[in-house]
Amino acid sequence: MKSMTTLVERLGGINLLPVLLAIIALVLIGSPSTWLTLTIAGLSMGMMIFLMASGLSLVFGLMDVLNFGHSAFISFGAFIAASVLAALAVWVAADSVLLNLLALFAAISAAALFGLVAGWMFERVIIKPVYRDHLRQILITMGALIVAEQIILAIWGGSPVAVPRPNFLSGSLIMGDVTIEIYRLFAFGLGLVTYMALHAVLNRTRVGLLVRAGVENREMVEALGFRIDRLFIGVFAVGSALAAMGGAMWAGYETLITGAIGSEMMIIVFIVIIIGGLGSIEGSLLGALMVGLMGNYVAFLAPKMALASNMILMMAILLWRPYGLRPAVK
Amino acid sequence: MNQTTNEPQGQTRGGRTGRLIAYGLIGIIAICLFFAPLLFPDVRSQEVAARICIFIVLVASYDLLIGYTGIVSFAHTMFFGLGAYATAIALKQMGPGWDAVIIGGALGVGVSVLLAALVGLLSLRVKAIFFAMVTLAAASVMAVLASQFSDFTGGEDGIIYKVPKIFSPATKLLTDENGKVLTIFGVKANGKMAAYYFVFFGSLILYFLMLRIVASPLGTVLEAIRENEMRAEALGYKVVLYRTAIFCIAAAIAACAGILRAVWLKYTGPETTLSFAIMIDILLMVVIGGMGTMTGAIIGATVMSVAQFYLKDLMQLASEATAGIPLVPDLLDPDRWLLWLGLLFILLVYFFPAGIVGTLARKGHHP
Repeated sequence: MKSMTTLVERLGGINLLPVLLAIIALVLIGSPSTWLTLTIAGLSMGMMIFLMASGLSLVFGLMDVLNFGHSAFISFGAFIAASVLAALAVWVAADSVLLNLLALFAAISAAALFGLVAGWMFERVIIKPVYRDHLRQILITMGALIVAEQIILAIWGGSPVAVPRPNFLSGSLIMGDVTIEIYRLFAFGLGLVTYMALHAVLNRTRVGLLVRAGVENREMVEALGFRIDRLFIGVFAVGSALAAMGGAMWAGYETLITGAIGSEMMIIVFIVIIIGGLGSIEGSLLGALMVGLMGNYVAFLAPKMALASNMILMMAILLWRPYGLRPAVK
Repeated sequence: MNQTTNEPQGQTRGGRTGRLIAYGLIGIIAICLFFAPLLFPDVRSQEVAARICIFIVLVASYDLLIGYTGIVSFAHTMFFGLGAYATAIALKQMGPGWDAVIIGGALGVGVSVLLAALVGLLSLRVKAIFFAMVTLAAASVMAVLASQFSDFTGGEDGIIYKVPKIFSPATKLLTDENGKVLTIFGVKANGKMAAYYFVFFGSLILYFLMLRIVASPLGTVLEAIRENEMRAEALGYKVVLYRTAIFCIAAAIAACAGILRAVWLKYTGPETTLSFAIMIDILLMVVIGGMGTMTGAIIGATVMSVAQFYLKDLMQLASEATAGIPLVPDLLDPDRWLLWLGLLFILLVYFFPAGIVGTLARKGHHP
């Protein structure tokens, strides 16, 4: 039994959980081709959720601030991307991959830029007056979320908005029995690149070192003469930009978005960061992949239980590890 | 959530004048609610009055959590909905009778308490902020389930059912010498009136129960936990157990409010019980009235409910008046009233975190 434990540890310990989930699902589903399609869908969904969740988790780890308004950035990102893509409809529909890419790049960067600027303003106006007061933080960011959702409804209206998908990303690859939507591969790739970039910044640069140190022990870093609060604004803005980017990707994935997109995703994001543990991007990735896979498998096996299954997953993990799988803050 | 908020001191030390004003307001509201069927006989006002009664209970039970214990839950509508749905399903399946109300209601309350205990024990032992997230997730999962299992719950359409016969408008509650329905000040004493007083006295009993809880030793321990969790634990109080206990109590009371709502409306659907909009209403009412004061619930619920009805009319006018300007009419559209309530909410949390009652109580303290 003991050698078994060390073997599991050596193979990656809790990082194996998504793999375990995938193996169980393979047994339950039976058909390997269906399983592969679902797994790829789950992984790409997980990557998009990771984009949305990572910022929130880091912000909490660094400053003990939980932003319930985080989903507002997701929705704004989605709607801004939809508008940009609609405005560049000629490029989107063009046969040239270059023009397609340009339109997509414009949409995603517009969303990210908005997230960056709005995140900075949000931090200054909404969050700053209520540092270190959880009760009022929850209330105020909740109020901000209500206002933001209503602004979205006022600008884009209540009816669903169609999101044009660039030509080269629509359609799917067919290999034998397996069909893979190209957009999913693209979303997975972009998420992976973002994760690696985040990982490199956090582990290889001086700023990253300070962020990690700040998550570990804020007072100590401040005592050494570093301005954590300035760093925090940066992290907040980047986190919001990532959320907006995730929202933009999600809009392209869903192709039809409504004002409820933010609050729908927020629940999943919360489940992810509770599963993963607050403050670490590795935990967020782990949680996001598990939630993405679980969501897709269960949606196939028992469609009505998709959201509830993630809730049950969260409850089980809370029972096992009350602080989540890989928390950076306790 | 270790932060101490200073609003409760204002209330306990509080000034006389401010408190007198607050109690005066509550007296007026109580009299208006008691005589509501006679004073405001039209249908719409009756709806508002019953809504106020039910929301006072709901908001006060929520205040047990947020104001007295310092934990933020977003699952209050879930328990409210469980109470309402259990009653509604029982009335639909078993037919209109008191047995259905009692069995359904008891089931709703039981399931609520069980669920509350589960969620509480799982998530209240770590950071209190986890609790806010877990409850939010739980509540939305419940809302999704209610709309998906439409065989039982009627899905998005909800359930329409009949209530016990005494509450039907055709019932003669009091009769005059000719055997016709007795009219008091031009109002018929029919089943509608019986239904209203069922809601009114039900709410009153629940409200007094909560006043009793707050004044009991349990209430004191809860306030101690809010003020300093570590010290309460050091004094030998099991913080997790106390928090879970009050969460279960609040859940049970919310479920009872759900029963009242189900019996009054004769309809139960996601919009009237489970939706997040109701959770936002409760939050606004608690903050407007004043966290940590039972009296705040009465004022908050009344002010919000009345404002909701008139704000929409006002916004309709404003929207029409500004029809020429781009975007402004959209922002002033009656459907956007939540936008303005949200802004009001943020400003209130910034500048008047003590709410109406708390601010009034402190005003007398610093003349």
